[in-house]
Formats: sequence, structure tokens, C-alpha cells
Amino acid sequence: MREQVVRKHHHEPLMHIAKRDDMAWWKAWLIRLAAVLIALLFVGVISVILNGGVFFETYGTMFRGAFGRLGSGSTRLLWKFLQETAILLGISLAVTPAFKMKFWNCGAEGQALIGGLMSAICMMKLSDSLPYPLLLVVTVITSVAAGAVWGVIPAIFKAYYKTNETLFTLMMNYIAMQLVAYYAYVNAIPAGSGQIQSIDTGHLPVIGGQAYLLNILVITVLTVVMAIYLKYSKHGYEIAVVGESQNTARYIGINVKKVIIRTMLISGAVCGLIGCLLVAGTDHSVNANTVGGLGFTAIMVSWLGQFNPGIMIIMSALIVFLDSGAAKVADTFYLNGSYADIVAGIVILFVVGCEFFIRYTVKFRHAQKEVDA
Amino acid sequence: MIAAIIRRAILLGIPLLYGSTGEIVTEKSGHLNLGIPGIMYVGGISGVIGAFLYEQACGNNVENMNAVLAILIPFLCSVVGSMLMGLIYSFLTVTLRANQNVTGLALTTFGIGIGNFFGGSLIKLTNSEMPSIVLTKTSGFYSVTLPFADDLGWFGEIFLSHEFLTYLAVIVALVVSFVLNRTRVGLNLRAVGENPATADAAGINVTKYKYLATCIGSAIAGLGGLQYVMVYTDGVWSNDAFGDRGWLAIALVIFALWKPTMAIFGSFLFGALCNIHNYIDGLGVATQELFKMLPYVVTVSVLVITSMRKKREHQPPESLGLPYFREER
Amino acid sequence: MPTAAIELKNITKTFGSVVANKDVCLTVNRGEILSILGENGSGKTTLMNMISGIYFPDEGQIFINGEEATIASPKDAFDYKIGMIHQHFKLVDVFTAAENIVLGINDGKYNLKRSTGEIRKICEKYGFELDLSKKVYTMSVSEKQTVEIVKVLYRGADILILDEPTAVLTPQETQKLFAVLRRMRDTGKAIIIITHKLHEVLSLSDRVAVLRKGEYVGTVETATTNESELTEMMVGHKVALNIERAEPVDPKPRLEVHHINCSNREGVKMLDDVSFTANAGEILGIAGIAGSGQRELLEAIAGLQKVDSGAVLYSNPKTGKMDNLTTKTPLQIRELGVRLSFVPEDRLGMGLVGNMDIVDNMMLRSYRKGKSMFLERKGPKDLAEHIIEELEVVTPSAATPVRRLSGGNVQKVLVGREIAASPTVLMAAYPVRGLDINSSYTIYNLLNEQKACGVAVIFVGEDLDVLLELCDRIMVIGSGRITGVVDGRTATKEQIGLLMTKTDGGEPNA
Repeated sequence: MREQVVRKHHHEPLMHIAKRDDMAWWKAWLIRLAAVLIALLFVGVISVILNGGVFFETYGTMFRGAFGRLGSGSTRLLWKFLQETAILLGISLAVTPAFKMKFWNCGAEGQALIGGLMSAICMMKLSDSLPYPLLLVVTVITSVAAGAVWGVIPAIFKAYYKTNETLFTLMMNYIAMQLVAYYAYVNAIPAGSGQIQSIDTGHLPVIGGQAYLLNILVITVLTVVMAIYLKYSKHGYEIAVVGESQNTARYIGINVKKVIIRTMLISGAVCGLIGCLLVAGTDHSVNANTVGGLGFTAIMVSWLGQFNPGIMIIMSALIVFLDSGAAKVADTFYLNGSYADIVAGIVILFVVGCEFFIRYTVKFRHAQKEVDA
Repeated sequence: MIAAIIRRAILLGIPLLYGSTGEIVTEKSGHLNLGIPGIMYVGGISGVIGAFLYEQACGNNVENMNAVLAILIPFLCSVVGSMLMGLIYSFLTVTLRANQNVTGLALTTFGIGIGNFFGGSLIKLTNSEMPSIVLTKTSGFYSVTLPFADDLGWFGEIFLSHEFLTYLAVIVALVVSFVLNRTRVGLNLRAVGENPATADAAGINVTKYKYLATCIGSAIAGLGGLQYVMVYTDGVWSNDAFGDRGWLAIALVIFALWKPTMAIFGSFLFGALCNIHNYIDGLGVATQELFKMLPYVVTVSVLVITSMRKKREHQPPESLGLPYFREER
Repeated sequence: MPTAAIELKNITKTFGSVVANKDVCLTVNRGEILSILGENGSGKTTLMNMISGIYFPDEGQIFINGEEATIASPKDAFDYKIGMIHQHFKLVDVFTAAENIVLGINDGKYNLKRSTGEIRKICEKYGFELDLSKKVYTMSVSEKQTVEIVKVLYRGADILILDEPTAVLTPQETQKLFAVLRRMRDTGKAIIIITHKLHEVLSLSDRVAVLRKGEYVGTVETATTNESELTEMMVGHKVALNIERAEPVDPKPRLEVHHINCSNREGVKMLDDVSFTANAGEILGIAGIAGSGQRELLEAIAGLQKVDSGAVLYSNPKTGKMDNLTTKTPLQIRELGVRLSFVPEDRLGMGLVGNMDIVDNMMLRSYRKGKSMFLERKGPKDLAEHIIEELEVVTPSAATPVRRLSGGNVQKVLVGREIAASPTVLMAAYPVRGLDINSSYTIYNLLNEQKACGVAVIFVGEDLDVLLELCDRIMVIGSGRITGVVDGRTATKEQIGLLMTKTDGGEPNA
């Protein structure tokens, strides 16, 4: 009979990761700030390696690229900065209710684009037959409705069949893009060019002589409304409960399916509105690249902003700053324009990674034992 | 004619096949890597850089180039480049337990940035008039096909006329399928993706499997970028040319129901769908754009139908997208 | 005398201030089946988890085959040939039985066919009926359990521990399992089964070790004992707790449950023809082994569990009519004007949202109030502060996420909220589980106050002493059936203990 008992030393692992209970908010923000700074430092080093320039010059250039030269009197770059921040923020606001519900809406790109497409269709097809004010109303309503439809299709399947929403919404983006490409070919301006270069009619009004002011105002209002909706409305409360625990939601009698569908209607509708602002407000044209990946960036903004509209303002501004600043660096030092993507990517990856140090602690067994002994 | 269509469909499908085989390996470990599109860009540009440096080192003269090195250098560069991307992803999502969707999307931004950045820099270095890098010489080595394929008519064109990266893609998919279904490593990997707590209790090193699956998956996906630039475009890199093929590769994973063998046929089908408009007479340019929608529409249908039918074998790995933390059991 | 397969000497384990096991000594020999008997919370599972490497004892020694052993992980337990079959199976659903069994073992070249042959031999040796190519997700609970048992045998275990193996089995399946266990014993394996079913203990085991509240009471030979001796060892003598109990004032039927049946997702019957009446102004206790259908019963009344047949009727004190609550959702029940409060067993997973603060948790019940689309936080904030003061909840502020509170304070918040809705029916599932003495008494007093206000209180408990001192009537549930209703003032612990372990039909022929 085999009476062999295995004898060996059992090493306890040297370190051990535990969930942290709760960190003071200012400590958490210090960590995030440190992550951004380290990332920027890292970016600076890379820039120096790539262009051999002076280390600090990189940051100055970034600043000038985003906001313009101080005291130069030109506000063009500042307006552009505000416009880009506003649009990014708008889409981030749109995806936030869905994310808070733990519904991964990766389809903001398509939802905004389909809204933009509807705007373009209204601008081109209805401007002859409808008076301008009515045209504006119809344009906005159809765009919002189109975005809502694009958002609610995956939500219905998620609610009833648990269809994976990440993958579904992703695919919907590309369907929207091809629809836009198709429409642009058929209705090209000038005809036969294969693209819509500029639609002359049905523009949203320009207020205060600033092309971007309307968008900025609309999104300012939207930010406030969304912050109130999430924090103070009954809907917002239901979204939070469903996101935290579907079991609790059932327990207090929330209809989870209804909340999922309703929230995605709103998420898609807001995306549609942003699409309308982009197409009827600023671009006056539409192509598959009109949203330009903002639908994906917005996912990161919303998540990094912890679904809090206030913090999301800062996050959108940071990303737009990195983007336009890095573009200027690239320009100044004869680098390629994609430098900006790399910079944004590095900073986001650092911030995403730093969340670990906020949520978990690393305990070293070794040290503990010495204390015990 | 039909043989030519098929050959073209296969050529177009191969980058998708690499991408989705890589993504399948990763997803089987429970990680949804949305960084694949970026990783494929990195795989492509790393190969381009390798080839560019080697061509420079040989004085831009084909006579000086060694066929083995001309293939091996870009190949290894591509593998190393995309593996590094996979390493970043796994460090963030496995060790630091970061959100997989956000990490993946950031990695895609980053990867496309890297691709276009180095692409642009190389273009500048060559002082070329065109916005592209031309590596025809290296591409020539990659495009070698069997000499007797042409003599065998349609049979030769469909089955024997391909470049080695095409055959490699099919072989890799078959090997992955074999490993997943017929080996202990595959069994363990699938267990990790389905139920990491069970795998952990059975003594499987969950972290190791997740890291390896992500890195190897990334390397495979990166080869798709290499095939695209070396074979499909005959060695011409232009920025953003690779387009949305990475997302198509992710769609293909769903279409193939997480089975590499299905992905082989799926990739050819997708390739055909992407290309079918060229062969239908009287089709306007506009309608072509509608046809390009087909792969996505088909994928969505598959996704919806499988979730409605609820057949367990056709669902995504059970713990896909969820971080694993042992103490949360 | 043969050396014992496992010998435990003075094992003690504490979790925080709770002593789970104290000075436990046990011996298991080869070729023997040992039952570990005890009520819920008596420390049976904790003890076995220390043998299988999930916990590490604070004090004491474990000897295996006469040599002292250190078991720090499940892997160490495997190395000592110890295999444990947990209540919650650890299986990969989309794998076949064979794949699950070989998972994680490295025995040379991977060859499922060869392994399947070896597994089949094990099955034949002990008489398991198992289709090795069947996927786990298509299996019944008993088949899954078989897979788990074969899994540990395939790993060469010769000491097997089974935690409540019959809890999920039908009587026929139980008989099959016992036959297999006896055969394993006859081949010289040491088997420990954790249970609280007396008849099973008597029919299966050679010896019985009894634990009570973490302490080792003693071991007896099965052949020389009987049900009443074991019950007495298990429940102990009555302990006086001094919980006040007023006579019910004017008890009238409030809630009537008629013949309800329900099944869980796997199709196993969880409630079997359950009927009872809960009176206003009375505390109705529900006693039973954990998992006997208590949870399903309360959820069925609250509209959270689908009922296959039967009816839940509510006598509405306002209208004097009977409202039918069956097949209504929780929302519809509230809309009927039924003030039904429910303190669920799963406090942070169901009753409260851990990441929300106390104020927002107060709102869970009341947020719908009013026509406005906005929330009204003033009322909930006042309520939160009131509860914090009245029930002495220890918290930095009302804006603290409840997940950061201690167990007792979490429970005060939950019970406080449910009572604040001024219910006519209050259901509480294990409301004092894990609470210290003072918090427990706070909860008892709250329940008594509600009773005095004329509320029909339903109290699901596990401590028989508490049930006997608090409740007016005690209903005993066993395997989804009501096995008896006794008077809380006159019943004895032994009487309830016997009712808890009694299961109709399939009585094993010992």
C-alpha cells in the first residue's frame, strides 16, 4: 500500500491584493492627477527623443496649440477648443445614463451619425417645402428620433434576450457609417463628386456672430439637465438602482426591462441631437467620419469622469487639450499629426491604470508577519 | 472569372482571419480586447519598419537582399510589436483589473496613432511625393507563390495561387482550433474564460493563462496587419488605409461563434461580401456602399439569433468582460 | 488499533469576534463513515473547510495518518488525498462531465479517451451512473454532484468530505448516493458527511460527532444511539434569553396562504403545498433547516417568486375585503394598498444598495411618492436621521454608503426603513444573523413593537431559543413542506428539532 504523504514547505505569497474600503476623495483625485502628470512627463520624454527639442518647450507648445497664444487677441483657437470640448462632452453625457445602468453603449458613434444623417436629409429635401422655423423643428425632432431608434434596437434585444450589447452597439456603428456613405453618394453635392461638400440650406441659426456659440450653449444646458436628471429625478434613481443591483431593483418593484429600454432611448436621442448640432450646426455636410471617433472617446470620458457630468467637463477638456495641443507640437516639430492620438492614448492608459491604486491596496505578507512575531 | 472572385475574397479575408483568430484566443480567456484594431495597425507598421530598415541596410538593392531575412525581419518585428501591445492590455486588465472596454478602446486609439505616426515619419524620411511608403522589394518576397499554380486552371487559382501568409493564416486557425479543443492547454484556457473561480480551484494559474492568451492572440492579430501591407497592397503603406478591418475582425468572432474553423470560412465570406459589388454588373458606386454594410448586418443577425436560441455552446465565454479577483468569490 | 485517517486536536477558529469553532477534537478512521451533526451556524462547514485548505485554523493540530500536517491551500489538501464536495458545485457548465473531471490535472499526455476509460473504471467500481460525454448545463443537480464526487476520486482522494450532500437530492437519489458511499467505505476510504438530517445519520453513518454553537459536544456510536438522544445533543438545553413576549391583542387573520407550490430554476420543487395563516398582532415564527424553502416562501408572498399554483390572500383592514396577491408584481401589490414590508436575507444584495448612502437607501421604498418626476429627498433625509438616532446606528453621517457600516448597523437601517413604511405585514428573514447581542435585542424589540401595533409579523429564524421566546406560534418547514405548527409558549426544542428533520416520504429503511 502506498502510504506516501507529500511533505513540502508551503510558501505564502509575498504580496496580496485586497479591495480597499474607501479612499478619501481628495486622495483619489491626487492619484488621478499624479497619473496625468506622470503620463505627460512620459509624453514629454518621448517628444524629446523624437524631435530632439527642449523638454519644457513641448508643454508650452501644447498650451498654445489648444488655446492660442496668450495676449495675441485671437480667440479663434479658444472657440475651437470650446466647441470640440462641448461636442465630446455632449456625446459623453449621452452614453452616461446607459453606463450608469451597466449597459455598455459602444454605439454612440453610430447613434450620433444617424442623427446627423437625418439632419442632412431634412436640410436637403425639406428646405424647399417647409418654412425655416418649421424646418428647424422637424430637423431636430427627426435627428433625435433617429438616434433614439438606433440606440433602442440593441436595448430591446438586451432586455428580452440578454443579447451582448457591447458587440451589438459596435456593429450598429458601422451599419450607420455605410448608410451615410450610401446617402452621400446618391445625393452628392456637387453631383457626381461622391460626397456632400456643403449643404446651403437649413442651417441652425448662428447666434452672437459665433459659429460655435449655439452648440456650446445647447451642451451647457444639456450638461445641467443631465446632471439633474441623473441625480435628482426618479428616472435617474432607477437607473442607479438597476446598475448597482438588479436584485434590489426587482425587490422594490422596478421594471428592469422598461428601465433599460427607456434609458437607451434617452441615450440614443441625445446622441442624435449631437449629430444634428454637428451637421446642421457646424459642418453643414455629412460623411462617415463626421463624428470622427468621438463616440469611442466619449466612452472613455464618461468612464474616467465616473459618470459625473461635472468631472466629465474636466475630462473632455483634458482630452481635447491633449489632442489639439499635441497636434500643435507635431506641427511645430515637424512630427506627424497622429502624434496627438499617441499622446491621448498614453494619458488615458495611465489614468485607467491608476484606478487600481484607488480601488485596491497591495499588502505585503512579509512585513505583516514581522509585526505579528 | 469565379475562380478570380474566390481568390480575391480569400485575399481580402485573410487579415480578418488573423484578427479574429487572435481575438478568439483572447476572448477564450475571458477578455474582450477591443484594442485589436489598434494592435493590427501596430502589427502592420512594425513589419513596415522592419522591412524599411532592412531595405535601407541593403542599399535599396534587391540583389543584396536575402529572401529569408527579408521575410523574417518584418515578420518578427510585427510579432514583437503586437505582443507588446497585448502586454500593455493584459497588464492593465489582468494585473490592474482596469475596465476592459475602456482599456481596449484607448489601446485602439493609441495603436492607430502609432501606426500612422511612424508611417508618416517614414514617409517623410523617404522624401516621397506620394503620401505612402513603398516596399515593393520586401513585398516581392512575401508575394512568392507556387510556380505551377497557374498551370492548373481554376483549381490552381483557388487553392494554390496564394501567398504563404494566406496558408499560414489557415494553418494558425486550424492549430488554434486543435489546441482549444484537443489539448489540456486548451481545456484549461476555456475553463479560465468560462469560470475562472473553478479553474483557480482546480489549480490552474488563471493570471498566466490570461496573459499568454492575450499576448499570443495579439501577435496573431498583428500578422493580419502585416499581410495587409505586404501582400494585399503590394508593400504600400499609406496612413489609415487599413481602415475598419479590425472591427470587422471582431464582428467575425461573433459570426464564427468563437470557433476558429468557422472563422476561416467566415473570413472568406466576409471577404466576398466586401468585394461582391465589384462583380455585379450595373451596380452604382452608391449601392456598393450599401453592400459594404452586409458583413455587419449578417453579424448582428447571428448575434441576435444565437442569443434568442440560447444554445449554450454558441454563447460568448461566460465570464467575458468580467475581471477576476480571487477574494471576491 | 489502526491509525486514524484524520485526527483533529483542539481546533479553534475565530472570525473577528465570532468564534466559529472552539477546541474541537475529532477522529475519522479508514473504512468508516462519520456524520457531523449540528444546527445551522454550529460550525460544521467551517471545520471541514479547515481540513480542505480553505481556512487555516487559529489553534490546534491536524494529523493525517498519524503525522502532523499543514494544510494551507486546497492544493495541499489534494496532496494529502483529501477531497471535499462543497454545497456549491465548482463546475464549468459548457464542459462535459469528463472534461470537468480531468480539469487541472497534469498526468502526462492529454488524452481524453484514455482518461475517460479510467474515469469509467472508477464509476464501475463504486456504482456511479454517469454519462461522461454529457454537458454539465444539461445535468440535474444530482448528476452534477456525482461529477464532483468522481472528480475528487479521480484525483486519488481517499478521505472524502461531503457538505450537506442530500440537501438538493430527491429521496431516490439520496438512496443511490448512500449506496455509493457505503461501497466507498467498504473499500477503505474515510468519509465525513455534514448533515442535520437525523434519519440519514442513523441509516448511514458508523459514528456521529455533534457540534453545537461551534463547540464539540461529543461522538457516539450510531448503533447505540437514537433520535431523541441526538436531538438533545444537537439543540442542547433551553437557554433563557429574557425576550419580552406580550399576549397577542385581538389576533385576526391578515395573510392567508393556500396550497402554494413553486420550483427553482433547475425545476426542483422548493415549496410543496404550503398553507398557513398569519395573524395581525402576532409573531409567527418559521423554523427549519436553511434552504428548506423559507426564502422562496417569503419571496412568493412578496411577489418576487413565481408560484406554480396556489394563492396568497390578504385581508385588507381598510376595505375589509380579501385581496388576491398571487401573480402580482411587488409594484402591483403596493398599488393595491397592501403595506407589506420585507427584510430579506440578503441585506446588501437585495434589501439595500451598498454603494448608496443611507438617505438614498431610505428612498428605495418611497421614491415613487408624488406626481413630480423629481425625487424628494427631504423626507428620506429626516427618516434617515430619525433611524440613526432612534436605533443608535453607528455611522459618520447619513451620507455614508451603507456598505461601509458594520453588519448590525446595516440591519438597523434596513429594518428601520421597512418599519417606517408602517406595514400591516412585516416579513423578516434571519434578521439577527451575524449581529451582536445588543443589536439583536434592538431588532427583537422592534418586532415586538410592531406586533403590539397590530402588524402581522413573520419571523424566519435559525436559533430555536430565540424562536421559542419571541414567537407566538412557530411553523416548521422541512424540504418545502410544512411539517407542523406549534405554540411558542409550550413547545420544546426537541419537539421542533424533530419536526425540522422530519421529511415525509422516502424515509430510509435503516
